[in-house]
Amino acid sequence: MSDSTPASTTGPDKGRFVIAFALAILSLVVGWDAWRLSGINTYSAVGPEAFPAVISAGLALLALANAVEAVREGAQDRPRDEIGPMAWVLGGLIGQIVLLAFGAGFAIATGWLFAATAKGFGRGPLWGHFLAGALMCFVIYAVFAKGLQLALPAGPLERLI
Amino acid sequence: MDTFAALSQGVMVALQPINLLFAFVGVMLGTAVGVLPGIGPALTVALLLPITFKLDPAGSLIMFAGIYYGGMYGGSTASILLNTPGESASIVTALEGNKMARAGRGGPALATAAIGSFVAGTIATIGLALIAPTIVDIAISFGPEDYFALMVLAFTTVSAAFGSSVTRGLTSLFVGLSLGLIGIDLQSGQARLSFGVPDLLDGVEVTTLAVALFAIGETLSVVAAGARADEIIEPVKGSVFMNREDWKRSWKPWLRGTFLGFPIGAMPAGGAEIPTFLSYALEKRLCRKPGEFGNGAIEGVAGPEAANNAAAAGVLVPLLTLGLPTSATAAIMLAGFQQYGMNPGPLLFATNPDLVWGLIASLFIANGMLLVLNLPLVGLWVRLLAIPRPWLYGGILVFATLGTLGANPSLVELGMLLIFGLLGYVLRRYDYPIAPVVVGLILGPLAEQQLRRALAISVGDPLVLFQSPVALTLFALSALALFGPLLFYVFTGRKAPVGADED
Repeated sequence: MSDSTPASTTGPDKGRFVIAFALAILSLVVGWDAWRLSGINTYSAVGPEAFPAVISAGLALLALANAVEAVREGAQDRPRDEIGPMAWVLGGLIGQIVLLAFGAGFAIATGWLFAATAKGFGRGPLWGHFLAGALMCFVIYAVFAKGLQLALPAGPLERLI
Repeated sequence: MDTFAALSQGVMVALQPINLLFAFVGVMLGTAVGVLPGIGPALTVALLLPITFKLDPAGSLIMFAGIYYGGMYGGSTASILLNTPGESASIVTALEGNKMARAGRGGPALATAAIGSFVAGTIATIGLALIAPTIVDIAISFGPEDYFALMVLAFTTVSAAFGSSVTRGLTSLFVGLSLGLIGIDLQSGQARLSFGVPDLLDGVEVTTLAVALFAIGETLSVVAAGARADEIIEPVKGSVFMNREDWKRSWKPWLRGTFLGFPIGAMPAGGAEIPTFLSYALEKRLCRKPGEFGNGAIEGVAGPEAANNAAAAGVLVPLLTLGLPTSATAAIMLAGFQQYGMNPGPLLFATNPDLVWGLIASLFIANGMLLVLNLPLVGLWVRLLAIPRPWLYGGILVFATLGTLGANPSLVELGMLLIFGLLGYVLRRYDYPIAPVVVGLILGPLAEQQLRRALAISVGDPLVLFQSPVALTLFALSALALFGPLLFYVFTGRKAPVGADED
């Protein structure tokens, strides 16, 4: 946790400006939904739109407050994040969803996630980790799907048992 | 019902062999997962929640109690030997504990943490058993407007207590509240913010959000830091037992830590880190050898660790009696209750006394098991700490997605896990606290329900919210929590000390 000390660099904190902008958009979306709901007739003293309207207003205020703090505190020196390793981890998560969508099953899809994450943390080879990960996930599938009756997605490998 | 009769009934429930087994499994799993670096109790509980889906309610909640306490023990082991506190409440433990480990006194540090946690946990659980029926009696008379005020108080204290500024805390809270809107409104049947996606009609799962924010967000932050974060494990040298002097120096800090931790944890003020900081400061002042502080003083481990565990038991007071979670871990525990269609609160004591008191009794048992198991097994836990980071985080992501798929086998759910994981990364990167998001998601719909109930009784007159003295007091406290730091700044010209994030 860094303290909000005044930074040496000039200009507003761009990252928090973006956050303020995102909050403003979220406020509009919630507010629009509340407006849509207020057009629907319901039979209660307080309709489904009241609470969203309050939250939308709160979000708008917070967008403003974040923008003000971004200007007042100025640009912060944050350590640079490494894009490459992050891309591997995200690729692992997205790849898992895609593989599951094509019916590859839990073991293969999650084995890929394991291998890509290990790669992101600098440990290869991808293939070796994929095989080990898939084997591990196959065992996990057997334990959880058969033993604890969790409905995990099955693919060609899982149908063998 | 008489407290002791109820509690002994609970002990009977907890002592059934199958429930003892659940407690044992929970304790072992909780410690094993909690000891992994970077994983705090909140994530431990969220990751292990799906395992309990198919068990019966009593057994799974008892297992939960074991996971909760086990995760705390594991967390302190990690902070002493690795100097990577899995949660902010162990920061102080890491401060002195890691110094002790470096000086070759890791064994006594672990021992004083374990025994101190046992003492604090036991006393605080007695406190919980004694105080809960009284609060239940008071809470029975609360109207919906009082409950609403209570939740507003929880919102403000959680956002003000966590994070580096109130703006940041409130931002996190409102993100959580917005996520809580998603799904079908139970009173009017209208779908809100679901954009025609059928998977969103049921709303956002608390466990999905918590696992994403804590596990995926943390993994992304660590991988993005690259070589910045390197860790050294301190080997445990010599005896794990404390010598005579260690005992003499430890027992008073244990008790003082307990009496700081339990009341603060039991108030709807959120967070176990404040009592740990207070306890550290107190022990530093009272210590006969103040020079040792900063170089591995055993008091600096004993006191804060006791305060931490006492506060963790204290947090269960508002959770069980009022249904009010004041920490991320408690919010996930609440989700655990809800998966069985139960809502903690005064009514649960009346409708399911066996379950509530069985849970409280199993806290004692879990605590005892941990004391017996932990020190002999310290070698095993140390080996868990040595798992290389690529495999550790690979495994964390495997279990995070396993839990999500187990709860709801849908790809949309996995997509949400990814999106919330990115949210968690952004929140961490810009110092926004995580806990208020989780608390907002679970408490938002409950607060709305109470608000609408109150307004329905008054036929839409908003003044009803401010007519009960209980509600007025609670609103005043909320205002104090929110504007207190500002007033502190105005009067003293210094920034108020704020707690760190719980994750």
